[in-house]
Amino acid sequence: MYVIHRRTPLSSAITALEVEAPLIARKRKPGNFVIVRPTATGERIPLTIVESDSERGTITLIVQAIGKTTQLIHTMKEGDEFEDVVGPLGEPTPIENYGKVVCVGGGVGTAVVYPMAKALKAAGNKVISIIGAQNSDTVILEKEMSAVSDELFVTTDDGSRGIKGFVTQALGEIMERGDDIHSVYATGPLPMMRAVANQTRGSGIRTVVSLNPIMMDGTGMCGACRVTVGGKLKFACVDGPEFDAHEINFEELIARNKNYMNQEREAMETLKQEHQCQAG
Amino acid sequence: MSRNHVSKPKVEKIIPLKPRERMQIPRHAPIEQDPGCRINNFSEVSDGFNVELASEEALRCLECNDPVCTKGCPVNVDIRSFIGLIYQKDYQGAINKIRESNYLPAICGRVCPQESLCESVCLVGKKNEPLAIGKLERFVADYEINTGGFTPPKVDESKGQSVAVVGSGPGGLTVSAELAQRGYAVTIFEALHEAGGVLKFGIPEFRLPKHIVDAEIDRVKALGVKIETNVIIGRTLTIDELFEEMGFEAVYLGTGAGSPRFLNIPGENLGDVYSASELLTRVNLMKAYKFPEYDTPLKLGKRIAVIGGGDVAMDAVRTSKRFNPEKAILLYRRSRDEMPARAEEVHHAEEEGVEFHFLTNPVEIHGNEDGSIRAIECQKMELGEPDEQGRRRPVPIEGSNFMMDVDTVVMAIGQKPNPIIQQTTPGLETSGWGTVIVDGNGSTSREGVFAGGDISRGGATVIQAVADGKQASRSIDTYLTEKRMEEAPVQN
Repeated sequence: MYVIHRRTPLSSAITALEVEAPLIARKRKPGNFVIVRPTATGERIPLTIVESDSERGTITLIVQAIGKTTQLIHTMKEGDEFEDVVGPLGEPTPIENYGKVVCVGGGVGTAVVYPMAKALKAAGNKVISIIGAQNSDTVILEKEMSAVSDELFVTTDDGSRGIKGFVTQALGEIMERGDDIHSVYATGPLPMMRAVANQTRGSGIRTVVSLNPIMMDGTGMCGACRVTVGGKLKFACVDGPEFDAHEINFEELIARNKNYMNQEREAMETLKQEHQCQAG
Repeated sequence: MSRNHVSKPKVEKIIPLKPRERMQIPRHAPIEQDPGCRINNFSEVSDGFNVELASEEALRCLECNDPVCTKGCPVNVDIRSFIGLIYQKDYQGAINKIRESNYLPAICGRVCPQESLCESVCLVGKKNEPLAIGKLERFVADYEINTGGFTPPKVDESKGQSVAVVGSGPGGLTVSAELAQRGYAVTIFEALHEAGGVLKFGIPEFRLPKHIVDAEIDRVKALGVKIETNVIIGRTLTIDELFEEMGFEAVYLGTGAGSPRFLNIPGENLGDVYSASELLTRVNLMKAYKFPEYDTPLKLGKRIAVIGGGDVAMDAVRTSKRFNPEKAILLYRRSRDEMPARAEEVHHAEEEGVEFHFLTNPVEIHGNEDGSIRAIECQKMELGEPDEQGRRRPVPIEGSNFMMDVDTVVMAIGQKPNPIIQQTTPGLETSGWGTVIVDGNGSTSREGVFAGGDISRGGATVIQAVADGKQASRSIDTYLTEKRMEEAPVQN
């Protein structure tokens, strides 16, 4: 079950994994995610399905090593197995021919935006894409995004690749051109999504973001992923993960997502110690 | 002999004591961990009865000719007979007798609200405390687990028809066991990575050890039932696909009510506010109490307030207490008498030092600059007129607001059914509360689809799910038998 067929490093800390999951591959639509548990003592975490191949019966996941669980997944090899993979979860992205759309991916969020951009392109939209990263090492999926975009911007915080600056700089340029943008799809760190939402709010451009809050079961049972959208309580796992960015209470969500920082640190310390013990 | 005696022949009593002597024996208390000790561990609170206690407790049974206890049991366990077998020291016989009516005795012996069911009608209770039926059930169930005396009941010849059961909680396990014994091929689909449903993620280890749940699940598997974990019906597969592509001829929905309700008060989305479902799932299913050996963490503060008055609230507050806070507080808007929680659990919570605040209704959770919780603002309540269910309605007292110094809040104010199946199954009628509508036999509006337990009731007990499962398995058997007849090739 859930065997890793192919492992492709995308940067020093970001990896793409093609995982055997035939039932999920058959059903998956752009916007869906899975919950995975790497080991029998592991945590359940959500990961977006970047691509699926129903004939091979596989799905592709992209993971960035940040906490203990993502670190564990990052070090898994071809032939290794996930303990559990369940999905496809979440509401799929509604895809239509809207005209002109902008797809913005920040950091590993590009892995979430890529399947949307691909589907929007296939539906006949003119797709302008922006990939943002800290530096040239962490720019991912540039070739893939380029293949599904009519125009592609790359921005890095340090200017080591593309435009020096944040994705909002490139988005500002596109908006200033006076293009008739129907929608903006943005996924990345919460402060980035909040900045994009603030940028498009004035012009009223429909802006959709995919949220990745703390989640456990992914089926609407724990309520950990709750978020206030338009003043109403929503569960990102079953009502989302995509929402109207102009309606999201980002401050609340940013505060909630910080809740487990100390425990994350403790878990990482334990992992490092375990590695040292094994090495010694 | 009167005509009454003709219709109900007197069953011979086997316990050689006069009724008056039986009535004079005081009820035996189970062996329990000391409260001061158990709040530092997650091991089971009660060890139940040993052989001596069980034998002595069995002597208290009046062996009624018309046992009202059996009528008080939602699945009509033949209580008099199994107690007689305990008296005769035939413990395996006793557990086999229970299993004729209830396939999950080690679970129900622990979590059934016996005080409001079988034990509430026990005639011994008229003058003395009622017979400890639940503890005796648990004793024989544990005896079997410890001695390995289980042999699977006889399974009928294959009917050549298969049934999909959605959810592996008490209802799903019961339906599966019943139908497998009748010769149907049963597959259970479970959304989580482990089977057991609420028995695994909801009820704490200290009340229902997970190895006990696994032992009962193994008994269901021993009948040939297959369990597929990590399959979410409505997402991974739909009900339509179960019928059309996978060849199942009937489906039972036993997915429970796991979606948490919130109060909708200001501050409820602060980081340290949990649903009881999240708290309990982290601890029970994901083993957060063993962090960092297990990777799932749980962040609890030093002054924890749990809101609610049911069994889930008790489980949440007692679980919180085991994380060594200064205070674990329970806030309930009505008074003690209206609490829906089991008396035994309330008693255990009190022993463990949980602070109860009745007639107290939270109205706002106040946060600090950094997003942590500063205090919970509550309003005092008084009891007004009874509501539709006969419970007195809490009415706010104007100007009675006060602050309580807490840093973690847990909402245990009820759950509703998860909407995924309802949203993805055409023709399945639901109520305004999101529950699936069923008739008295467990049939839904969709042909071949049956349901029971919390998905149709919105929030009940384990034994009610078992009872619904038994009812639905009879309906499914009838439905599939008719289907078989219709489809059978005409003879001659």
